[in-house]
Amino acid sequence: MNAKTPVFSCRDVHVFIGDKEIVKGVDLDVLPGEKHALMGPNGSGKSTLAAALMGHPSYRVEGRISLRGIRVDALAPHERARLGMFLGFQYPVAVPGVTVASYLRAVLTARRGHDIPVREFRKEMDAAFVELDVKKEFVTRYLNDGFSGGEKKRLEILQMLMLQPDFALLDETDSGLDIDALKVVSEGINKAHREDSGLLMVTHYQRILDYVKPDVVHVFMDGRIVRSGGFELAGELESRGYDWLLPETVTAAEGISS
Amino acid sequence: MSVNDQVTDLDRGVEGIGDNYEAKYGFHNPEDYMTKLPKGLDHGVVEAISQKKQEPEWMNTERHKALDIFMAKPMPTWGNQDLLGQIDFDNIHYYIRPKGEQARNWDDVPEDIKNTFDRLGIPEAERKFLAGVTAQYESEVVYHSIREDLEKLGVIFMDMDSGLREHPEIVKKYFGTVIPTRDNKFSALNTACWSGGSFIYIPPHTKVDIPLQAYFRINAENMGQFERTLIIADQGSSVHYIEGCTAPTYSSDSLHSAVVELIAMKDAHIRYTTIQNWSTNVFNLVTKRAHAHEGAVVEWVDGNLGSKLTMKYPSIVLKGERAHGEVLSIAFAGNGQHQDAGAKMIHAAPNTTSRIVSKSISKDGGRSTYRGMVQIARNAGGCKTNVECDALLIGDAARSDTYPTMDIAREDVQVEHEARVSKVGEEQLFYLQSRGLSEDQARLMIVNGFIEPFVKELPMEYAVELNRLIELEMEGSVG
Repeated sequence: MNAKTPVFSCRDVHVFIGDKEIVKGVDLDVLPGEKHALMGPNGSGKSTLAAALMGHPSYRVEGRISLRGIRVDALAPHERARLGMFLGFQYPVAVPGVTVASYLRAVLTARRGHDIPVREFRKEMDAAFVELDVKKEFVTRYLNDGFSGGEKKRLEILQMLMLQPDFALLDETDSGLDIDALKVVSEGINKAHREDSGLLMVTHYQRILDYVKPDVVHVFMDGRIVRSGGFELAGELESRGYDWLLPETVTAAEGISS
Repeated sequence: MSVNDQVTDLDRGVEGIGDNYEAKYGFHNPEDYMTKLPKGLDHGVVEAISQKKQEPEWMNTERHKALDIFMAKPMPTWGNQDLLGQIDFDNIHYYIRPKGEQARNWDDVPEDIKNTFDRLGIPEAERKFLAGVTAQYESEVVYHSIREDLEKLGVIFMDMDSGLREHPEIVKKYFGTVIPTRDNKFSALNTACWSGGSFIYIPPHTKVDIPLQAYFRINAENMGQFERTLIIADQGSSVHYIEGCTAPTYSSDSLHSAVVELIAMKDAHIRYTTIQNWSTNVFNLVTKRAHAHEGAVVEWVDGNLGSKLTMKYPSIVLKGERAHGEVLSIAFAGNGQHQDAGAKMIHAAPNTTSRIVSKSISKDGGRSTYRGMVQIARNAGGCKTNVECDALLIGDAARSDTYPTMDIAREDVQVEHEARVSKVGEEQLFYLQSRGLSEDQARLMIVNGFIEPFVKELPMEYAVELNRLIELEMEGSVG
């Protein structure tokens, strides 16, 4: 694999819920080392796209999805994860009765495909806890059970750090975070990101992009990427909102239909 | 100690798929018995059992009276009528005595029976972490041991038949005082043809800090096992008793109907743990009740995994002030199984407290029922009770019902009740899958988490075993 092979790419991806088309054809290439942001108004379908790329069973997906040149669109979510994809959830799910430590050990073992000695695992886990400024007591708490929004998000990024994905999708990671937590979480994301890995942040606001600076910004509206640009595009969206892009979308759609 | 502490190795669990009950527990030995009474039950059968045991006259009389009560009482009109209707009392052997005498050394146990208990891991468990063991095979206890130091302290732990022979005065004083013969049809049945079970007496202020265990094994087809257990913890003493049970898989049904009576004297503490894993051709209809005197604590830790139909509602009568009762139970109902379980708390004295935590998992066509009752008597002021029922459903055909009854005769008491039913959700599964766990691993993790509050109350070795059993049960779940 040479340096120009995208770490993640998708071609002509459509996502359906039942008969309803939510994502209407997305092409995307994320090169090694790149951070991308996918911005769009609420309800544009960007969270659906993120979940569908990870293989959510509720969605029917058409198109090609590749990780490091390997087709993953026919694979189950856990197979994608083991190959190196990661989805950070907007609303992480609680699993009562399962401690954070036993959960982390199980997912780390799954990702690496072999047992990790307890001592080694503890060391890695402790380091990640320090990095994300998560209190030690959390190892014995039940996964996401009774966690605050901020605690959940820290734990998501802690997992990203430990699982070392090649390509991470982060869905609204900044929502529900106060400024201090946002800084810690952003530092964690930057730390987890490597020269050979890719990142796609799905977000409604520009806030997090001040801390995790994207190389490429995409604007996603009504199921499509309607514009892509550099970091400056995020600033433009912040000051002008999304509406100014709307006529283009309409025109483009009309162009196709006529 | 919690299973979470040693970090469940999920991959090993997946390798275990393909193992099944049949291989681990469902095997059976060829029949080689000293006595096998023909099928069916009448006064002749009861007399034969009594004669073989050469027991005192009062017990003989008690048995015959009990049989009349059993015959006269109707079947329960509540519960699963379809399954209850399948019990064919004429197609059961009511007494089978294996060859050989009761041994205090495994080497003296007949080879095939010893092999059975070896496969079930009993001698190994005994060496590692038990203070005493009885092993019952069909109707009789074939092996029995107790640590010498406990015996010297006056702790009595033996099978019920030996108890009646060697300590007739204690047995006569307490037998049937907690669960009268006419309590229900199945307590009458047990009293008529009881055989085996445990007799335990803990002297005042003696703490038995390592568990005593009894293991009940059915081997023959169409077997009826009716063990009778009586545990008396004298003032200020404590004991933890554990029972396990399994049976071979046959196409026709067996019946297990035990009576267990516990008496916790002033400030005594009894914990009674059950891991019931009968094969799915066993009807398990058991009556368990305890008396807790002043300041005493009684805990039933009750795990129901096997059987075709279980009906069991461990009860505690809080008779003395400040007595405390707990029932902590899990039930796992797979396809074709019905776990009808629950608890009964009777607050008969002031300032008594109780807690019921019931968790059930119904998978595929499995059905679980929680049936519970809390009574607070008119004279019992300042009582507190807390009831929590949690049901988890796996698959669309699973079913769960809850029948809580509260009978509260006064107002200055604190009563809490919570009931929840949840399904293993798609979002929960997807979350875990997105981190690399297969669907099976994810479902198993969710189930293990659900039963964690129960598992962490078990000794470590049993916790590990229980998690393995759950893995087996989860095999081939449909989502």
